[in-house]
Amino acid sequence: MIETDVLVIGGGPAGMNAALASAQSGAHVLLVDKFQHLGGQLVKQTHKFFGWAEKGAGTRGFNLAKRLSEDVMNNDNVQILLGYEVVGAYRDGTYLAASWSDHITIKAKKLIVCTGAAERMILFENNDMPGVMGAGAVQTLMNEYGVLPAERFLIVGSGNVGVILAYQLLQAGATVDAIVDVLPKLGGAYWVHAAKVQRLGVPLLLGRTVLGVYGNSRVESAITAKVDEKMQPIPGTEKRHDVDAVALAVGLMPLTDIFQMMGVKTVYVPELGGFVPWHDECGRTTNKDIFVAGDAGGIEEATTASIGGTIAGLAAANDLGYQDNMQAVKDNLEALSIFRTSSLSKKVLEGIERMRGELNA
Amino acid sequence: MGRRITVHPVIEFQKGAQVTIFYEGKPLPAYDGDTVASALIANGIDVFRQSVNLHRPRGLFCAIGNCSSCLMIIDGVPNTRACITSVHEGMTVEQQLNKGMMP
Amino acid sequence: MLDVDGVPTLEDIGKNMPRRERLEQGFVAVHECFQDIPCNPCVEACPVGAVSMKTLTSTPVIDFDKCTGCGNCVASCPGLAIFLLSLKANHAQITIPYEMPDVPQKGDKVQGLDRYGQFVCDADVIRVVRLPSLDKSSKTTLITLEIPASELMTVRSFRRR
Repeated sequence: MIETDVLVIGGGPAGMNAALASAQSGAHVLLVDKFQHLGGQLVKQTHKFFGWAEKGAGTRGFNLAKRLSEDVMNNDNVQILLGYEVVGAYRDGTYLAASWSDHITIKAKKLIVCTGAAERMILFENNDMPGVMGAGAVQTLMNEYGVLPAERFLIVGSGNVGVILAYQLLQAGATVDAIVDVLPKLGGAYWVHAAKVQRLGVPLLLGRTVLGVYGNSRVESAITAKVDEKMQPIPGTEKRHDVDAVALAVGLMPLTDIFQMMGVKTVYVPELGGFVPWHDECGRTTNKDIFVAGDAGGIEEATTASIGGTIAGLAAANDLGYQDNMQAVKDNLEALSIFRTSSLSKKVLEGIERMRGELNA
Repeated sequence: MGRRITVHPVIEFQKGAQVTIFYEGKPLPAYDGDTVASALIANGIDVFRQSVNLHRPRGLFCAIGNCSSCLMIIDGVPNTRACITSVHEGMTVEQQLNKGMMP
Repeated sequence: MLDVDGVPTLEDIGKNMPRRERLEQGFVAVHECFQDIPCNPCVEACPVGAVSMKTLTSTPVIDFDKCTGCGNCVASCPGLAIFLLSLKANHAQITIPYEMPDVPQKGDKVQGLDRYGQFVCDADVIRVVRLPSLDKSSKTTLITLEIPASELMTVRSFRRR
């Protein structure tokens, strides 16, 4: 059995920052991740990050992940458990982490959940066929393991994930046949990300959806069609794409299973990606000993996940009485609100407001 | 269809030591640091299992252990996620064709 | 169109362009960043303080008279949205940040492409450098192309022939 002050589940940007913040305040932290390495989804980002230059903007995602995981590994207050997944949670603060061949009981005073998100699926013919993958899965394979799963790709969805994937595929030597989006305009990607792939010759086909993929046990082609105002395919507008993979970048949903197991109140907030645990500005849920940070609390992006993780880590250590972190919490909340003054954060802010209002609903 | 990336403009891939895994009894090269999924795809294998009822081919979908698309029989243990299981020398990997039986 | 596909029009770019005389004096940085992304590495990267921003979410303002055309901002911009431009008597030059495999070499002939990747004109690669960037292991290469003066506003990309 491992006894700890703070259990952090998930070693991505939110979890690593949460662990560091609690540990630097003097708390003992156990950080658990189901992978054999830290970094979460930051590891597979090859682009330079936006944000404050003094806080790492301009540095590529995988380099940020490396820097952060070294800080975590070098902190004596952080114990790291890799290859383990938290599969059991009991309301007295006992948790069960299991690996391939082993399991460990954990007793923790505070829990910070940084489990991230899962990729959404959409309906089309043969969408379960090998070769249809989440955009993140393609990124993981090519940027973490150096394996390109196909040569010619169709990307569905023109948010940041979709257009960044297109760029990364070109970097890895693959061909991107097109990015399609059912919307009549760019689906939320930063304009600069969309511009940099289009000038490399990747077509952005708007108002178009994927009808199906076809092949003999794996994708060999895909058919798309234009859609009308009601998002219904228009007959006669079908287009065949000779691709051997279709990457879906159609959104993410927070991974919130553990909150439901623990009886924490969850709220359905479409702007945040689906069900999210109700939480205050420090990430504290309706169970004061359980915090959330990063995409698990609402889909946003890596910089806000990092700041949110720091805030939750500071608050957890503060609640345990290690040191007065209230000023540091305030400074980080201020940074978060500056970051969110962008019009790009409008939806998230609306979602947070809606979530907060649901406490007594 | 899959292959290993040999040149990349910004990432330096560090390949681990070569190991051999056995897929359906056939030896396949893999590297320390590979997952079962990355090793199979690098060797051109995309079909990991069959769906339980309709026996449709299934492969990798999320690659981070969240979905159940890549369940395989690994070292004799069924329902093992190929995407988060690291390879080791001599590992056996089989397609899973049903719900899986306790070993 | 920016709000449709994220690609700026010539009218959008025109608002950020230096005077003709400044272009004729040699390289100057011109950005194509039109969205209020919370981001400021270009400000930090500039060694002469020519790039400024009111707040983190403002778009950058480049002081073309201060700008020395060094290219550090080009190498640091996360959106790859800054270029160096210069205008000579018979031709123009543009420096493009490049992060793809198969980096061209000085002296190569390439095809100049517009903002949608469409062929515009033949171009000569006249300089290939890696510049200091905020990310020490950045690996972004800066490729300078020589193109007809008439294509100064249109060519923003290239492909090998």
